Amino acid sequence: MTAVLEVRDLRTEFNTRAGVIRAVDGVSFTLNRGEILGLVGESGSGKSVTGFSLLGLVDQPGRISGGSIRLNGTELVGLPESELRDRRGREIAMIFQDPIATLNPLLTIRKQMMMAVAAHSRMTAKAAEARCIEVLQRVGIPDPVARIKGYPHEFSGGMRQRVAIAIALLHDPAVIVADEPTTALDVSIQAQILHEMRSLAAETGTAMIWISHDLATVSSLAKRLLVMYAGKVVEEGATATVLRDPRHPYTRGLITSLPAIASPGEDLLQIPGTTPSFLSLPPGCPFAPRCDFVESSCEKMPEITLENERMWRCHHPLGLSGAER
Amino acid sequence: MTAFFRIDQVSRAFAPEITLGDRIAAKLGAQVETRSLQAVNAVTLELAKGETLGLVGESGCGKSTLGRVAAGILPPSSGTVALEGKPVLINGHKATTRIQTVFQDPFASLDPRMKVGETVAEGPIAHNLVSRTKSGGYVAEWFSRVGLDPSFAGRYPHQFSGGQRQRIAIARALAMKPDLLICDEPVASLDVSIQAQILNLFLQLRRELNLTCLFISHDLSVVRHVSDRMAVMYLGRVVEEGGADQVFDRPAHPYTKALLASVPKLTLDDEALVHFEPIEGEIPSPLSPPSGCHFSPRCAFAEERCRKDLPELREVEDRRFSACHFAEVLVG
Repeated sequence: MTAVLEVRDLRTEFNTRAGVIRAVDGVSFTLNRGEILGLVGESGSGKSVTGFSLLGLVDQPGRISGGSIRLNGTELVGLPESELRDRRGREIAMIFQDPIATLNPLLTIRKQMMMAVAAHSRMTAKAAEARCIEVLQRVGIPDPVARIKGYPHEFSGGMRQRVAIAIALLHDPAVIVADEPTTALDVSIQAQILHEMRSLAAETGTAMIWISHDLATVSSLAKRLLVMYAGKVVEEGATATVLRDPRHPYTRGLITSLPAIASPGEDLLQIPGTTPSFLSLPPGCPFAPRCDFVESSCEKMPEITLENERMWRCHHPLGLSGAER
Repeated sequence: MTAFFRIDQVSRAFAPEITLGDRIAAKLGAQVETRSLQAVNAVTLELAKGETLGLVGESGCGKSTLGRVAAGILPPSSGTVALEGKPVLINGHKATTRIQTVFQDPFASLDPRMKVGETVAEGPIAHNLVSRTKSGGYVAEWFSRVGLDPSFAGRYPHQFSGGQRQRIAIARALAMKPDLLICDEPVASLDVSIQAQILNLFLQLRRELNLTCLFISHDLSVVRHVSDRMAVMYLGRVVEEGGADQVFDRPAHPYTKALLASVPKLTLDDEALVHFEPIEGEIPSPLSPPSGCHFSPRCAFAEERCRKDLPELREVEDRRFSACHFAEVLVG
């Protein structure tokens, strides 16, 4: 397995009038060729900011304040904007949640795609158009030769997201960061896109980071899972293992909150309370105020525990040492 | 026996406005295109007292329009809605306070300029359920029932999170002492952990108040969790109806079957990542639905007959309805 992306101790913070928000606080992971990595968390967990940070798309007042992002061996943190721009779209691309907002409504799909081709490679207009039609075909747009002349409003939500995926694929990037790409879509369309993304990753060797709040979607796509809470990765491991036997109480709470797991009509095992504000995080474990197993040791930030290709950040991990709770 | 709540042959069409220009053009002999959109087409549904009916479907299937008609917010183009035999609409106006609605977006459904306590008290005061002098205590009582600190009543909506706002929206609906609650995607915009809290609150209040509910959602697992019975809509029509367990375990319509297969499930097996069976094609435009069975262009079972004859919703088993020519084969 070759690592295409290595992230070490990544920190992204926002200096606001109210204080410093550490939206990404020491995130580390490795992404291998052709691998799909799931990044799960709720609103405000820092999962999207992590995605943006990888592409150097963090705007003022935010900045990457530390850590390292190595893409194919090149360090991206600290790289000048011109060099980042050269890599963005060519080596690492992003797909966003809302395909209505990411496509320019005034330009035809052809125009937008041709601009994306021209940004990174020199080829004749004919060759460029052929490339565009090829990727549109690849993502399942019927009759791409005719459809490429259309405007975004002439496409349905699912088709627009396919166009956005096609644009991300234009330059065969090593990594695609997908931020909630199917959240706005209907289930039947979501299933089509998940199906295609999985075969894409397998066939092209493109690695993907799939950011989502939906555990079920991620579990059907990603072999490895990262769970984020308040800017930190609280658990990581093989998806099925983590879901079957979670170590962190937050992960378990996310799983038991799902109505699909419970018997119909029975109360769900909910997590009490709400996601904390980044401005008033507790001094120790950020999950402590909502945790059923909180003890005095939780007033200190738990260190990372690594074991059997799994990682967790908890003083009282579940499912260990026979101490069933 | 009359049903507690009955939606009878309800249709609702939306026609584009005829402008002055169109009228002049028509006078001059031009063909003016007036395509109307049939959002809901001859839907009949019944709810028994204390029952929760889940209504599922994808965007554009008409489930929200049907919910609005059922709530008396939107008059139907034809058909009737009745609560205990009494029509909900009289002369085009809602004639009952016994039906209340909780909407999807708690950011849009609360007046940003009103204190949330006033929002909750407004309806009950207007309908003499409580006097203005006693409204403070009444609001406090409802706040604690939905799990909010009663001292929050003096705050404005922007001071609350999405989950808290949805609690306020629930308090506002329940403070009217409704017999029927219509929930239109009440948890769709919430995080998983907050969604679980709101669903639990809903289940608890439903038990305590013996509420009858029409629960509209695109999320099949949520609907299964809360519903006794469920109805599946596709392009304005109910294509299947039955007990929630039956519909989930033995769907009697190819669309339901395909929809259930499309839902990603939690995968606990390392080797076998779920095998998706996506439905082919997209949802057709309701402006020009396909001939015959509306699902036939996407259906794996479709035959010649399906493209010609529109299948009626019919009882295929006891209290089990399907609008498919081959329902019996599917149920097996």
